[in-house]
Amino acid sequence: MGASASTAPGGRSALERSPASRLPDQLLKWGLTTLAALILALLAYFFIRLIGQSQGAFSHFGVSFVLGNDWDPSRSIYHGAALLVGTLITSAIALLIGVPVAISTAIFLTELCPRRIRGPMTTLVDLLAAVPSVVYGLWGVYVLIPKLLPAEKWFASTFSFIPFLGGGTPTGPNYFIAGLILAIMILPIVSAISREVLATVPSEHKEAALALGATRWEMIRIAVIPYARPGITGGAMLGLGRAIGETIAVLLVIGNAPVIGHTIFSQGYSLAAVIANEFGEAAANPLHSSALFAAGLVLFVLTLFINILARRYISRGQRGKRGKGGTGVTLADAPTTAAEQV
Amino acid sequence: MSDIGIAAISPARRRKDRLMRGMLIGGTVIALIPLVLIIYYLLLKGLGSLTGSFFTSDPTGSFFGPPGGIRSAIFGTLEIVALASLISIPIGIGVALYLTEYGNESTFANVVRYFVDVMTGVPSIVFGLFIYIVLVLSGIGGSFTGWKGSIAISLLMLPIVVRSAEVVLLLVPGALREAALALGAPRWRVVTRVVLPTALPGLITGSLLAIARGMGETAPLLFTVATANALTFNLGSQMNTLPTQIFQDITSPRNAIVSRAWGAALTLVAIILILNLIARAIARRSRLA
Repeated sequence: MGASASTAPGGRSALERSPASRLPDQLLKWGLTTLAALILALLAYFFIRLIGQSQGAFSHFGVSFVLGNDWDPSRSIYHGAALLVGTLITSAIALLIGVPVAISTAIFLTELCPRRIRGPMTTLVDLLAAVPSVVYGLWGVYVLIPKLLPAEKWFASTFSFIPFLGGGTPTGPNYFIAGLILAIMILPIVSAISREVLATVPSEHKEAALALGATRWEMIRIAVIPYARPGITGGAMLGLGRAIGETIAVLLVIGNAPVIGHTIFSQGYSLAAVIANEFGEAAANPLHSSALFAAGLVLFVLTLFINILARRYISRGQRGKRGKGGTGVTLADAPTTAAEQV
Repeated sequence: MSDIGIAAISPARRRKDRLMRGMLIGGTVIALIPLVLIIYYLLLKGLGSLTGSFFTSDPTGSFFGPPGGIRSAIFGTLEIVALASLISIPIGIGVALYLTEYGNESTFANVVRYFVDVMTGVPSIVFGLFIYIVLVLSGIGGSFTGWKGSIAISLLMLPIVVRSAEVVLLLVPGALREAALALGAPRWRVVTRVVLPTALPGLITGSLLAIARGMGETAPLLFTVATANALTFNLGSQMNTLPTQIFQDITSPRNAIVSRAWGAALTLVAIILILNLIARAIARRSRLA
């Protein structure tokens, strides 16, 4: 592009494009940018509308909307502590059962599994995520609840001295069943994130541990787990977010009683379930529907907060992997790299 | 090996190693049990109701007499998810193209990336509420309609499409882009003729997984499409879908209707699993990844 290059009419270099032929480029670039911006705008708009719709309930009940324990549409009282507690109990059960299983699956698949069956096994675990939540609900109602009830009764009477676990008479639908189904539902995501993080553990660390005479398990304990811990924590929190927001499966197996149950084998309710269950009858009653929107807002903010925290953990865990000069040379820096190579 | 002088591993450590490995294997086996059980019960209870008329008749809606089949539910799901895919796949791939080809590591691109990530964690019922507030309560084009359900589902699919497309687009070798640019191709041609075709199998995989995810969603449809019995090809009316049909049938006291729920669930899971397996097969054949 030196002085010797011939010039086209208009004084620009012959190698330069005419403004007209540059137009599609500009259109594509700004079109795609607008698209991305629109998504952000849309999310913000939805959020604001949701806040607006739930104003009624919050101004009417104040903090007692989340702290008071009395949800009774027939008396127009919407104090949702029982719903929040139900959501938290079922999610906690889901984490307690699901996370250890998911992590051992992830460790087995990345560190111990023979290469030949690793692919198929991974697919099988991932397929759990493909089963729709209404099918989990169907299975829970007609298989899990009747099959587990005798065991729950035995457990509750044998360990009746343990508060919260034993005592009382287990009902068919209860917190535990809901938590168990949630555990199955969060298993694939927790396992998938953990696998991703475990795959980033440098093989030098593992080889070093083995060279020092560590057994396989010792290698996992001293080289693999500490390195992957933040990412695995993040994965578990993403699972928590899923569990909190899960609606249909929980609705079908939690019993839908707006009370705080005394043991994990008693009936309860959850934030998401109450919205799906009552929004039909609430349509005619502004305060009731506002209370449901407010429940939705609590749910949204809760999951948003958990997800943001989870992302922070996961990106901390992957910092090493996503360095400079990683995967993609993109169009934006293509000319410079090309120039550097000359 | 121990005769070269390396101390042997003590029995206690060996036992612990074996124990912990056993527990990891045990955990993996436990993880696989639910899938086996679910598929077993779906086949056990659902296969019986899969007769010819099951797929060719609509639910009668009456409590007495034959309950009818799931034809309208299957078509409703296909229509709603097709429209949702038409919305979310082009937009999702567009956003992913912005992120990889233009936005790169700019602040705005990272903000978009962050919120798309956050979107994947928003519960589906919240998306249902959003659309309920914005489109159903305001009564635009009727109250409950199929296309509003499509929009709710497309919001769910969008982050899945964006993230999977971004990963694949990043795998397109930079040298390909540079070669095209060096030959004088304008960027839009590089994108449409080089980047997109190279990434196509991966883009299809991501889209199929998003479709499979969108198909099984129930909660957003309850808020946007409501329910119906009759077969309709009008996305401007209330429609029947497989998930809402199952959801309604579960709580029925009639055995015939509950077995329709099992049959419909088996159908839905079969469709979704097939989509998943196709997606994975395409991904395995692709030259990238």
